[in-house]
Amino acid sequence: MRYHSPLTFEAASRVAAGASGVTRFLAGGTDVLVQLRAGSVTPDDLIDLKRIPGVGSITREGDGGWTIGAAVSGAALGATPGLVSDWPGVVEGMGLVGSTQVQGRATLAGNLCNGSPAADGVPGLVAAGATATVVGPEGRRRMAIADIPAGPGRTALQPGEVIAAIHLPARGAQGGDAYERFIPRTEMDIAVVGCAVNLRLDGDTIVEARVALGAVAPTVLLVEACAQAIVGTRLDEAALDALAGAARAAAKPISDKRGTAEFRTHVAGVLARRVAVTAYTRAKGSRAQGHRAKGAAQ
Amino acid sequence: MSKIHVTTTVNGDAVDFLADPRETLLDCLRDHLGLTGSKEGCGTGDCGACSVRLDGVLVSSCLVLGVEAEGRSIETIEGMASPDGTLHPLQRKFIEHAALQCGFCTPGILVAAKALLEENPDPSESEIRYWLAGNLCRCTGYDKIIRAVQDAAAELRGAA
Repeated sequence: MRYHSPLTFEAASRVAAGASGVTRFLAGGTDVLVQLRAGSVTPDDLIDLKRIPGVGSITREGDGGWTIGAAVSGAALGATPGLVSDWPGVVEGMGLVGSTQVQGRATLAGNLCNGSPAADGVPGLVAAGATATVVGPEGRRRMAIADIPAGPGRTALQPGEVIAAIHLPARGAQGGDAYERFIPRTEMDIAVVGCAVNLRLDGDTIVEARVALGAVAPTVLLVEACAQAIVGTRLDEAALDALAGAARAAAKPISDKRGTAEFRTHVAGVLARRVAVTAYTRAKGSRAQGHRAKGAAQ
Repeated sequence: MSKIHVTTTVNGDAVDFLADPRETLLDCLRDHLGLTGSKEGCGTGDCGACSVRLDGVLVSSCLVLGVEAEGRSIETIEGMASPDGTLHPLQRKFIEHAALQCGFCTPGILVAAKALLEENPDPSESEIRYWLAGNLCRCTGYDKIIRAVQDAAAELRGAA
């Protein structure tokens, strides 16, 4: 295994594009090193991104949006009060990944590129309408986060392409987001179902909404029918019922050791209701405590 | 397989070693530097027995490559007691409360608990339990560990 620590993303991409064997980019390493040890993936070329200037930075842009470098850890997200205030759902999703030790290393970009359908960091990004700067042999491009997962363990990134940063839009007025997952214990587990809701209000009425479901399909789902169920409402009981029904209809889970398809489908509806209420409450301005954002709590 | 020369700081001392790029920081600490306090329980980031601080951040050293340590600063359990052998209050309270039995998880838990108390000198029981959720102990049932951390926190607050 050859270890590379390039100083630019372009150089990192060139190494990957020019390699003939197995390559992996190394950010937090909390998936790559586990695969290395298990022998499931033994890279010929391992490209460490952490020496690239700015890769560990969180930047508030002039328009109020946020740029999160590819090697920013979950702990660093939670330690950035402005980001926690603007996008609590994104931060609390990533904050659920692994232990305190894992939080010190694991990254949003890595959680995305690992390609798990159950990734806790991803639904919040999809609901937020986040994008990624992707650097490849053809130059730089922006991709919607929703377009990157392609199936379990697979992404739509092309050979030689690497995520340089993730971008969150400006929060704007009267917006709120939230993420929750179901696990059969309280900590250190993989989502049976995850749900993120991001919405915007005009007064008490929802005028925009994005609802993402995790772990109920080969990739994260952005469910337009869920958004339609609550846009134009004040999230009354009828709207919540419609939302839950749309989430259940969209869920196409498998049965495995973590839950049956029937259970996951049911829980998708339960979580959609619960998370929408938290996002709505946050958008109203009172910071309701949703699921514990581990990084933020410390 | 060519080895890479790594220069880093461990517990305040400048050190260097030659690392195969596949070796973890835990391998390098134990096998190249003789610092065997950090343990390998799982090797996959689940158990916390290999916990160290990397530039002040609590990490599992089994999930860090040795070559990534170049130019960084590492703190291990070996740096916790004073050079004269005086134990850190956490170490003393672990003994007083019998917060260990076989002791395999103890170095990692002490390193993790010290990181917690530096960030949060007065954690609730629930905060301690969540912070240490990535440190598995098969002997104690955790209760004595939590009490030892609370007692050490109280002593450290009193001393401050």
